[in-house]
Amino acid sequence: MTVGAAGGSALVSGSVQGAQVAESEEFNAVLVDTTLCVGCRSCEEACAEAHGLPAPDVFDESVFENERTTTTEQWTVVNRYGGDESELFAKKQCMHCAQPACAAACLTKAMLKTEEGPVIWRAEKCMGCRYCMVSCPFDIPKFEFNSPVPTIQKCNQCWDRLQENEHPACVDNCPEGTLLFGKKRQLLEVARTRIAEDPLNYVHHIYGEREVGGTGVLYLASVPFEQLGFKTDLGNTAFPEYTKGFLYSVPFILLLWPAILLGMSKSRERNSGTDREEE
Amino acid sequence: MADFTGTTSLLEQRQGGLFRFILGELKPKGRILTPFNLISIPVILLGLVLIALRFAFGLGMATNLSQDFPWGIWIGFDVMTGVALAGGAYVLTFLVYILGIEKYRPIVRATILNGLLAYMFYAGCLLIDCGRPWNAFNPFIGNSFGVSSIMFLIAWHFMLYMVACLVEFAPTIAEWLGKERIRKLLSAMTLGAVIIGITLSTLHQSGLGALFLMAKGKLHPLWYTEFLPILFFVSSIFAGLSMVVFEGSISHKIFSNRLGPEQRSSHDGIVRGLAKICAGTMFVYLAMVALVFIHNQSWTYIGTPMGQWWLVEIIGFVLIPMMLFVRGYRHRSTLLMRIASAMALIGIILNRLNVSVIAFKWDAPVHYIPSWIEIEITLAIIFIEIWIFRWVVNRMPVLNNLSQPASNPNRQSGANNVAAKESV
Repeated sequence: MTVGAAGGSALVSGSVQGAQVAESEEFNAVLVDTTLCVGCRSCEEACAEAHGLPAPDVFDESVFENERTTTTEQWTVVNRYGGDESELFAKKQCMHCAQPACAAACLTKAMLKTEEGPVIWRAEKCMGCRYCMVSCPFDIPKFEFNSPVPTIQKCNQCWDRLQENEHPACVDNCPEGTLLFGKKRQLLEVARTRIAEDPLNYVHHIYGEREVGGTGVLYLASVPFEQLGFKTDLGNTAFPEYTKGFLYSVPFILLLWPAILLGMSKSRERNSGTDREEE
Repeated sequence: MADFTGTTSLLEQRQGGLFRFILGELKPKGRILTPFNLISIPVILLGLVLIALRFAFGLGMATNLSQDFPWGIWIGFDVMTGVALAGGAYVLTFLVYILGIEKYRPIVRATILNGLLAYMFYAGCLLIDCGRPWNAFNPFIGNSFGVSSIMFLIAWHFMLYMVACLVEFAPTIAEWLGKERIRKLLSAMTLGAVIIGITLSTLHQSGLGALFLMAKGKLHPLWYTEFLPILFFVSSIFAGLSMVVFEGSISHKIFSNRLGPEQRSSHDGIVRGLAKICAGTMFVYLAMVALVFIHNQSWTYIGTPMGQWWLVEIIGFVLIPMMLFVRGYRHRSTLLMRIASAMALIGIILNRLNVSVIAFKWDAPVHYIPSWIEIEITLAIIFIEIWIFRWVVNRMPVLNNLSQPASNPNRQSGANNVAAKESV
């Protein structure tokens, strides 16, 4: 009982702390200005090299025929949208949410929102339940179904490189300046300035500023975001908020139920006037 | 008298040592080549081989899971549905030990055993489904507490609830072993275990629904609601009791030789009482579903195929079985109430599968359909559970617990119990 009660109170304090981490915008982020992207896929190549993934054939244009998602071997993919005259490209990878559903879902803290910004996955903690995959609004975590020792594969914003004060590989290797690395607050300023200076070329919206409570990757675009394959119906509520009501009720039930049940049982005994049968 | 000699030999065995007694009990009783055994043995053996292969080659070899459908029927059926159907244990212990309704005492032991085994096996399915089961102890130790995770709550509650069920069932084991003193000691812990068990059940039954609160946008709006936890909890009450009614009607035939006269005579009354509770909770459940439906203005979906599928679940397998329960109760028709319980069970299976698998990413171009291996392993696990249930019921005083306070204020001694058991 004590263990259970302790677990319950820990549950609530934990979720409150989880919310606090996310409120500020002083964490590392990436700005993707899709108006500058030419679809060269250098980011894909750099990502594969930085993380020891199979190198993609960046000259193979056929990959653009279908919209791709990230896979266990491709942490980022560039998709082509629009017609022949107006080709548009958008890079897809983990959004590094300020309050990630995957990290809130993880029962072993294998999926972790670091203070620096990246959402990372830690093999030694993960038990492979895949609740992160169910919870992620962007369907980013990918699981190695064909391995007896499976891992979760997804962009970690080059966590190792960040430790050595380097920028993510994709940002460093983008020849067009599409990608910009910095604090989210600074990047929002950059994004707003670009919209203000060239209001005709940009949609007046920064995707990721507030979506699902704000993300660590921000996007600028010249067309409405749903035309670039973005989910625009996710709302601005951070996903862990949806479970908060339930988590708050846990300690109350954990403490009140036993008291109520014991009271019911005792009063019943008194009324019936018989001893409790020890059976 | 043949049974008398049987009794003495057993008592001699017991004096000879607990170990030899247990060894003797391990031997099969009754015929081995029954139709059930002939079907279940190959299924179990094949299942064990397939489980071994799954661990050797990964989940992809055994399942049709994909990046879009990370959870299949091992979660949606074995865990989600299995745990809901095992809800009878906490409801019945509430009725008997908290409210003191003695009418249900004859079936409480069998229901607790069912609950314990269901949690061991269906929750145990989590380990087969886990990609990295060697890390499964992480939520329980050290600094890896993912306390903001609903899954964390469920993992802990499953574990603690199994302990609670074991404590609730322990007096039966002690009685079987003839350890009267230990039995008394364990019995004194029952009320505490019951209270903890009900509290844990309230939270993890609703927690299974809460798991999908973060699947917003992936779960069809007819099933997604912020009230999922409450709906899961309320439905687990009639799910568990329907299972008790349904399972009771089967085991009453199969284990009829293990039943005392009291169990026989009380059976119809018990079914009738449970039917009343089922109908009541189903009414509450339907009222909640209706409120959510109106509140979310969900009627716009009714014209779609998913909307009609939702109607099948709610009207066909909640509303109609509720009405059958009422009708069966009024006309004292045990048959009708059994049919109602079977339909209610289908309704729960549909609901849990809908939330976790069918209405999950209902709009995906390629939808998940379980592989034959997933179904095979599920069947194998159900059969193993039935084997263990049968083994226990044929040996321990589960169905024929003679120590019923309502009719037997002076408890019979262990030796008498043994005599009654061996007279079979």
